[in-house]
Amino acid sequence: MDEIKRGKIKSIISWTIAFILATFYVLVSVLPFIFMVINSFKERFEMLVKGVFELPDSLNLSNFTGVLTGGFWNYFKNSVIVLAISLALLLMISACASYPLARFKFKLANPLYALIVACMSIPLHITLIPVFKMAQKTHMYDTIWALIGPYVAFGIPISVFILTSFMKSIPREIEESAEIDGCNKYMMFTRIMLPLSKAGLSTLAIYNGVNMWNEFSFAYTLTQSIENRTLPLAVWEFQGQYSMNTPMIMAVLTLSVLPMIIMFIFFQDKLVKGMTAGAIKG
Amino acid sequence: MEGSGLSLQRQRQRTTNRAAAVFLAPVMILLVIFIFYPILDTFITSGYKWNGISADKEFIGVLNWVALVQDGKFWVAFRNNLVIMVLSISVQIPIGLALATFLDFGGKKLNVYKVLWFIPLLMSSVAIGFLFTYALATNGGIVSTISGWFGGGKIDLLGNPKLALLTVIAVICWQFTPFYMVYFMAAYTNIPFDVFEAARIDGATKGQYFWKIALPLLVPSMKSAAILSMVGSLKYFDLIYVMTGGGPGTSTELMATYMYKQSFKTFNMGYGSAVAGGMFILITMVSLITMKLLNGRKEV
Repeated sequence: MDEIKRGKIKSIISWTIAFILATFYVLVSVLPFIFMVINSFKERFEMLVKGVFELPDSLNLSNFTGVLTGGFWNYFKNSVIVLAISLALLLMISACASYPLARFKFKLANPLYALIVACMSIPLHITLIPVFKMAQKTHMYDTIWALIGPYVAFGIPISVFILTSFMKSIPREIEESAEIDGCNKYMMFTRIMLPLSKAGLSTLAIYNGVNMWNEFSFAYTLTQSIENRTLPLAVWEFQGQYSMNTPMIMAVLTLSVLPMIIMFIFFQDKLVKGMTAGAIKG
Repeated sequence: MEGSGLSLQRQRQRTTNRAAAVFLAPVMILLVIFIFYPILDTFITSGYKWNGISADKEFIGVLNWVALVQDGKFWVAFRNNLVIMVLSISVQIPIGLALATFLDFGGKKLNVYKVLWFIPLLMSSVAIGFLFTYALATNGGIVSTISGWFGGGKIDLLGNPKLALLTVIAVICWQFTPFYMVYFMAAYTNIPFDVFEAARIDGATKGQYFWKIALPLLVPSMKSAAILSMVGSLKYFDLIYVMTGGGPGTSTELMATYMYKQSFKTFNMGYGSAVAGGMFILITMVSLITMKLLNGRKEV
């Protein structure tokens, strides 16, 4: 009896400590966020006069309208175009490559798979100067088109890795009966493997989509003029313009995070799963 | 009969090979153009003195590499990368595991915590970099404000060469700890329920279950988490470039920021290529050694 009681007290104490620590960590992860949102509604000098964590006098939206009329939509549009094209291309060609790697028997299957997957640990900085030179030679420098090639290429290793293991887990029976019906390899891919890989493809779309949406190094190196830059660089440009106007910068930041927050609200589980896809499948 | 059967098989293999080539071609072409050729080209460019713009490129052999090996700044940058690597692993993985354990033991009703903890991962590194440049500012920053509440003075975190690297690492941990939390939550769901049930029937407390059963089962996941964190730390760029640009001085300089500044700020493309090449070699070496060590220990 005494033993059980003591165990219960012990459990209550440890849960209390756990909750205190957990709540503390909530503060740590949310405080910078609150800082950003609260101050984005303040007027320029309001933030300097008042404390950082005090609520703004009024729901002042002028920072947001300032950002939205100051070219924000152009960055947004560029990001959407780059994302849509790169993602479609990446998923298509990765699925194509994964199919033979998962199913065909040919000599080069294993070496090619190893080669593609090994590219995962290559730092993109080793390709930066040559890709920059190529973009200049092909006159794609300072256009959003220069970003598509590198974005697709650097998404390939993880995508092929995940899709190959996904396709390997699809049962062979369907293909076998299709083969008896005279289905060739190309039809097999478009009619059977592709539809059956939907779940894997959607996870990959989220994983690569988030990465491309946030990509900085290539976008910063391969574009130069304001009208050709993507959303992560919007903050950069606005900061150059309004460096002393902290609430304005906070508004840019809040707006640039908004798409992800909306995604998170509507597709929480899918997004979480997608964003950690590379790690968990590995 | 036998002969034609054999040739039929050969014919089949030939169509398979052809189909494989067609399916793999787009991926291989893109990898060659945007990864394999650039790696080669970086090593070639590292043999030249070149500003990236003018046509006159002067071949100087291994002089860039000799300079790189003697370049104190590069080795400081490499050391900073290693510091980030060690501290990232030793902070993010234990906290991530603790958060995941809390959520796993507490069940669905703790979902609020999960959602709030996940927030940092929704922001891009660039946005986080900017946010913390302001949030950690000496005037009107979060830390200074909180220190003010308790009667402390203003704290300059990013401008102080001694604190800047640690501050930046704290921000990196803030960003990526939720990633490891989700990672370990998935690892927990891979532990069969029977294992937990058996432990309960034997009268194990949750604490005993964690230390004696769950933790040993999670070791492989912790190893791969460590490798992930390691590779990430050595490649690190965005956040630090935005927050400090490598400064003050060289206190937060990384291999990637140093490479970027050499190539695209001071336009030493030849030397920048050597830095990129050095970074590539060091990352490959560190990765291979660590993977060997981690896998070696498993066999013992």
